[in-house]
Amino acid sequence: MLTEKTIQELTAAYRSGETTPTAVAEAYLARIAKLDREVGAYLTVTGEQALEAAAGAAARYRAGAPRSALDGVPVALKDILCTRGVPTTCGSKILESFVPPYDATVVERLRAAGAVLLGKTNMDEFAMGSSTEHSAFKLTRNPWDPARVPGGSSGGSAAAVAGGLAAGALGTDTGGSVRQPAAFCGVVGLKPTYGRVSRYGLVAFGSSLDHIGPLARDVTDAALLLRAIAGADPRDATCLTAPVPDYAAALAQGVRGLRLGLPDEYFIEGMDPEVERAVRTAVDVLRGLGATVERVSLPATPHALATYYVIAPAEASSNLARYDGVKYGLRVAGARDLIEMSSRTRAAGFGAEVKRRIMLGTYVLSAGYYEAYYGRAQRVRTLVRRDFDAAFGRVDLIVAPMTPNVAFKHGEKEDPLSMYLNDVFAVPADMTGLPAISVPCGFSVQGLPIGLQFIGKALDEAGVLRAAYAYEQATPWRARRPSLA
Amino acid sequence: MSTGHAAPAPMEVVIGLEVHAQLLTRSKMFCGCPTSFGAPPNSQTCPVCQGMPGVLPVVNRRAIEFGIRAALAFNCRVNDACRFARKHYYYPDMPKNFQITQYEEPLAEDGYLEIDVDGASRTIGIQRLHLEEDVGKLLHEGTLETAQASLVDYNRSGVPLMETVSKPDLRSPEEASAYLKAFRAVLVYLGVSSGNMEEGSLRCDANVSLRPRGARELGTKVEIKNMNSFRNVQRALEFEVRRQAQALGAGERIVQETRLWDADGGYTRSMRSKEYAHDYRYFPEPDLVPLTLDRARVAEIRAGLLELPRQRRQRFVSQYGLPQYDAELLTQSRALAEYFEAAVRELSQPKIVSNWIMSELLRELPADDERAIESSPITPERLAGLLKLVEAGTISGKIAKDVFQKMFVSGEDARVIVSREGLTQVADEAALGAVIDRVIAQNPKAIEDYRRGKTVAAKALVGQVMKATGGKANPGIVNRLLEEKLSQI
Repeated sequence: MLTEKTIQELTAAYRSGETTPTAVAEAYLARIAKLDREVGAYLTVTGEQALEAAAGAAARYRAGAPRSALDGVPVALKDILCTRGVPTTCGSKILESFVPPYDATVVERLRAAGAVLLGKTNMDEFAMGSSTEHSAFKLTRNPWDPARVPGGSSGGSAAAVAGGLAAGALGTDTGGSVRQPAAFCGVVGLKPTYGRVSRYGLVAFGSSLDHIGPLARDVTDAALLLRAIAGADPRDATCLTAPVPDYAAALAQGVRGLRLGLPDEYFIEGMDPEVERAVRTAVDVLRGLGATVERVSLPATPHALATYYVIAPAEASSNLARYDGVKYGLRVAGARDLIEMSSRTRAAGFGAEVKRRIMLGTYVLSAGYYEAYYGRAQRVRTLVRRDFDAAFGRVDLIVAPMTPNVAFKHGEKEDPLSMYLNDVFAVPADMTGLPAISVPCGFSVQGLPIGLQFIGKALDEAGVLRAAYAYEQATPWRARRPSLA
Repeated sequence: MSTGHAAPAPMEVVIGLEVHAQLLTRSKMFCGCPTSFGAPPNSQTCPVCQGMPGVLPVVNRRAIEFGIRAALAFNCRVNDACRFARKHYYYPDMPKNFQITQYEEPLAEDGYLEIDVDGASRTIGIQRLHLEEDVGKLLHEGTLETAQASLVDYNRSGVPLMETVSKPDLRSPEEASAYLKAFRAVLVYLGVSSGNMEEGSLRCDANVSLRPRGARELGTKVEIKNMNSFRNVQRALEFEVRRQAQALGAGERIVQETRLWDADGGYTRSMRSKEYAHDYRYFPEPDLVPLTLDRARVAEIRAGLLELPRQRRQRFVSQYGLPQYDAELLTQSRALAEYFEAAVRELSQPKIVSNWIMSELLRELPADDERAIESSPITPERLAGLLKLVEAGTISGKIAKDVFQKMFVSGEDARVIVSREGLTQVADEAALGAVIDRVIAQNPKAIEDYRRGKTVAAKALVGQVMKATGGKANPGIVNRLLEEKLSQI
């Protein structure tokens, strides 16, 4: 089936003439039309534009001149990435009518690479959530079990890739939002080093924590997607200028002699024993492949989540101040003055979780509280970073569980705190900006995917990809597919 | 500190100024949009300066350079590293509802500016200098409170501003005005700002307080806004000083507040009191990395700094022997000072050149308008050329003034106009002799008077000769010939 092929398989088939980008785009659009009512991965499907792009790619293959390793590959974009002329809602009513006049840098780069953009995927409103249940528009179901969440906030992108509704996708990871849904949906999710991928056109949530990363069927595809979007961008002052290596070419080096650190703090009380077992088994596999594994300690880990919930809301309260009904998006009519217009617009346009975080963030930045909260949180952030620096003095990569549990049921986590706890293993890589990947490492008894995480040194995307690839190649997990109706 | 029923102590005025100057960069502080003034609303905007979702700021390097240049001219310490911060408040002219500015880590600190008031020199401290972005502009009928709708023009949004905060060292409205003028002269000189107050390129807020003379503690300060010309700054401060003096004299307390200057009414009125002060929730701008300022580069900028107006003024007095008044006028702008020096290079008669610039050129062009002076139709070389004709006696001073006017209109060389219009002084003694004979013949009465000893009558005859030659006769030759002829009669 065309929609089961990996990116690498697709482009090989295009080159050999076995199939064409048009046929593949049509197959995906047909599958979306048939199945997405059930999955709910997409907010917008851009069928016409996709077919047009596919026709262009097809012509290039016919001429024997494809643009890149992604030419003609159908990709989905989280609806937080600005797309020229295509609504970009961030899963929020306040941006329901917003159509950006510009492309995000990553979108520009995907287009330039010849990728076929299928549409925009569902997400927790402004990326605030771990289940995609905070979308203002629709529910997204986990392709492995429709009663369960796909994770979040990039739940739509993860479900699309897992459900065969896109060959690959981009998501964003501020507190685990690429890797956690990847783990829940049994796909690969990569969060690169902060600054490796331009944030221009990514609607900001927590500016110092926001990362764009790929979700893919396997590690090779993730490597191909990363290479296409990474690299310096003059429009993002925080973007790094280091050259972008050919990640896919360096995958097969194996893990022999690689030193892996297993952090004590990532095996906590209350975590799902099935997850722990799967992760420990995976570590044995890696050992069997020639890696050395040693215990390491990252003592600041328990504080990372708490400080994340100071820094991310603080930045969010600032970034979301611009949604006031003046310039674009929602404006509630009938206000008598400016303040009323803005407050009524914001009251109607933002969901409960977004409001909660804006209030939290406004509070921690207030005069008199700034030092006690924001200032101290930044210092803890430094401690978290030092933990990793110390560990990387002894090991090459950290290996750890991605989440404490498998995908939960819709409505199961109504208490915000228990939802936040879901990202306890994901947040440190965002706080430190270090590259991290989630790769499938088995299934629970109920058949739900489990994710294994690798965290690397700054700019060592190649390292985490290489370890994930070695593990993936040694295990059968990626052959399993969810059975959608 | 109670003075009981004693006579009110003489009060001391304490003023500090916060000056915002628009930097003369071609593009905005954080995006590539142009900064020119007066374009149709929202025509000079992009997603970045409109504060659209997902956009990011990128620092304008030129603005940083301009800031450093000004900081060095104001004798500030340029910090090795500086950082931008977000300042939050809701107002529709600010598209992101926060302003990118500098807070805890400004570009430069601890400088001073020397001013001259009534012949005495004073040093005014400068606390800090930082960069930030400007906001847009609201357009509505009447006041924002009563208007049915308001439109926003974001052309100005994101234009680079330099804010400079003086120490509370100013002791009178005159000093404040002198500070502002000296401040502006430096910026205009450095070419970092046009200093145009009417266009809003230079804006000034003042903190004003009074305290008993000799007291060390500062009195309660009031912030005055909306003073959009030099004249208004002085008027507003004079009013505010009077208002506070009267209030204190009547035993009232000064309320810490912001007051707006009403130029039409000639008074300040309360805008908001401290109780409603904003909590700006400053925090470091996460989208911009801290700026490290390369010391070598700062030294380079320092080395390239041009002579400042005050130094140049002093040099004009010592080097060219100009009166203080001339030197002050000629250093109103860098362009004018350079014009003067260029003309003097051609004709080393500084006082004559100065006189012509002050009386003729500045009648046509404003002294502080850099661009106008630079593009003057009469270049300094041409002015010198004109003055050389006077020096050589080719044309008279009076004719030269007419030639100046013609040069200003046509942009031609003085020699071209003089020869085309036949303005050369008549120095041909034979020709002049004939004119003089005719004049003598036509004025028997004057000749009679002259013979009877009324020598003034000769003056009238000289006038007649000049008139008959259309002012072109060389007056020296006319005098000599007339004297000779009269003595022969």
